[in-house]
This record gives sequence, structure tokens and C-alpha cells, in this order.
Amino acid sequence: MSILIAILVLGGMCLFFGALLGYAAVKFKVEGDPLVEQLDALLPQTQCGQCGYPGCKPYAQAIANGEAINKCAPGGEDTIKKIANLMGVDVQPLDESHAQDNTPKVAFIIEEDCIGCTKCIQACPVDAIIGAAKQMHTIIADECTGCDLCVAPCPVDCIKMIPIAQTTHNWQWDLNRINVKTIDADDYSNKQSNNVKTNTTEEVNV
Amino acid sequence: MVDYLLLLVGTVLVNNFVLVKFLGLCPFMGVSSRTETAIGMSFATTFVMTIASLLSYLVNNYILAPLGLDYLMTMAFILVIAVVVQFTEMVVHKTSANLYRTLGIFLPLITTNCAVLGVALLNIYQQHNFFESIIYGFGAALGFSLVLIMFSAMREKLASADVPMPFKGPAIALITAGLMSLAFMGFTGLIKLQ
Repeated sequence: MSILIAILVLGGMCLFFGALLGYAAVKFKVEGDPLVEQLDALLPQTQCGQCGYPGCKPYAQAIANGEAINKCAPGGEDTIKKIANLMGVDVQPLDESHAQDNTPKVAFIIEEDCIGCTKCIQACPVDAIIGAAKQMHTIIADECTGCDLCVAPCPVDCIKMIPIAQTTHNWQWDLNRINVKTIDADDYSNKQSNNVKTNTTEEVNV
Repeated sequence: MVDYLLLLVGTVLVNNFVLVKFLGLCPFMGVSSRTETAIGMSFATTFVMTIASLLSYLVNNYILAPLGLDYLMTMAFILVIAVVVQFTEMVVHKTSANLYRTLGIFLPLITTNCAVLGVALLNIYQQHNFFESIIYGFGAALGFSLVLIMFSAMREKLASADVPMPFKGPAIALITAGLMSLAFMGFTGLIKLQ
């Protein structure tokens, strides 16, 4: 009899706690992995695949699972610093195999060589190549992020990466760095954050 | 009131669970290599210990004792502790994904932290009442946190110190823990109970 009571008591406690945990599991359900979301927000979203992953989100996932943080070439040192901060690890220099000159480039199709195979269109992560089968393709220079991904699939090697020439139109004056204005101490912090914002937009536009 | 205060100070310093009773050494050595992680672990353990000692008191006094099922104490307490730990794990996962990742396996392992079960059982053996149980659990957790955070701070310093080759790594950590334990023995004469 006492054994029956013991079993009933323990079973009842287990049921009660189980129900409690079940309720908590619903209540505290984690939508996706918040760490991956945060990492994804830090990455430059060029979807270039230079890190060896098919895009920024998969790389964010990989970092969350312990992949090295120094593989994002377009993000450069800034991104590595931010990721290191978020993950609580040390800042590392950009991976050797990915280290490259960071001059902005744009893909260019040598149009007379193009056979219209559409392979580069499939490779382009940002849909910056227009053209159809057996038709000559061309690149929308404004959309191109310079990620190199279309170069390898081209069977006739008619795509080359050309550095963006510095012209009077896209010359960066970096006026923000020549800070000669005297400003109020109160406004200073506001101005500072505004400056940072304009700076980044200009860099993206290049 | 004074009794409660004495109990708290006594549990934190004089009868420190880690350095005097030698309970809960696994997270003490495992999670102490970085201070931030140690602080996170301290919060999680404090929460678990306090709630677990409260719940185990209730379970013992209102379910087990009236039915004469005292022999089920250990099993019932482990059940209670496991539930509280699981609940804490869910909350930590929801609130701080980063902490959840750094604590890793040590978070669910609070279940097997002998200090937690130790508090629950000692509460019964020392016949603490409801409030004493809570204070005893909280004090034990506070002592654990204090020692864990101090130890992690020391280990961070030790990581960059010029330690002789044979003592590098866990060896010097264990020696440090031993020295800390010696220091805590010094608190023994702090409170004189009649």
C-alpha cells in the first residue's frame, strides 16, 4: 500500500512539473537563433560567398557554431571587430586567403566574346547581370557589388573585374575628417553619430 | 532577524559551500576561466539554488513528511532541482543567447551540482524552517558566486602571469583554489554560536 502511495506521489509530482515545464517551453520559445540574427545584421549583406558559405546568413550561422570570424573580406576589419565584440572573442586579422586590396571593383563583360550561356547570371547573387540564352549579357554597374562570383563560371573568360576609376563624380572628399568647425558641446554627440552615418552610406555607394 | 543575518553570513563566509564544504567544485573549476562567464554562471546558480531550496522545503514538509515518504527525499529533490534548472535554461536561452552559448554544457550541469542538492538536504537535516531554508539556499549560492567570481578574476591574472612550466594551466588553478580555501578557513572564528 505504502509503495503504491509512493509511486502515486512521485508520479503526481512528475506530472505537475512536466506540465509546468511544458507551459514554460511554450512561453519562452526562442524564435530562430537570436545570435544568428545579430551576426547577420553585422555582416555586409553582399552575399558574395568569399567566406566559403553561400551567403551572409549561412556564414552568420557558421560563426554561431564556432567558425572563424575573420573570413568576411567585404566587411573588412570593422566587421571583424564588431563580430569579435558580440561573440566575446579576440579580434583577429582578416584571413590570409581572403586578404586582398579593398579597392572597389566592378565586373565587366567583354561583349564581343560573350556566347550567351547565362552561367554568370545564375552565379550573380544580386541580379546585376541582364541577358538571355544565346543573347549577349551585360552588367548593371550600379548593382554590381564586385564579388567575383561570376568570373569563375564563365566558359569563355569574357568577364573581368575592373577597378572603379576615380573620377570627379565619385571622388571621396572625406570632408568629415577635416573637422574645422567649432560646435557646441551639447550638439557634439548628435553630430558625431550623424557623421558616422553619412560616412558609411558614402562608402557603400562607391 | 539577527539569527537570519548570522545564518546568511555564516553560510556565505564561514561554512562556504565551495571552499569549506568542498561542494560544487565542478563548475568552480570549469566555468572560472573568464570573469564574464563566471558572473553569468553565478546568477544562474543563485537563482537555481534559492528556488530549489524553497521548493524542496515545500515538497518535503507538505508532501513527503505527512505521507511518511522521507526515504524518497533524495529522489524528489533531484526531480525538483532538474525542473528548476530546465526552467532556468529556457529563461537564459530566451534572454541572453550569448550567455547561453558561453555557459554551454555547464548550464544543464547545474542539475548535478552537488552544492544544490547539498543545500536542499542540509536544510532538512538541520531542521530549518521556511525562511531559514530560503536564506540558507541564497547564502550558499552567494558564497558560491563570491568564490567563483574571485577565483575567475585570479585565473584571468594567472593566464598572463609568468608561471613555471610544470605549474601551467590546471595545476596552478588547483593550487590557487587550495590557497583560497586556506584563507576561508580563517573565517571559522568569525561567528560564535552559543
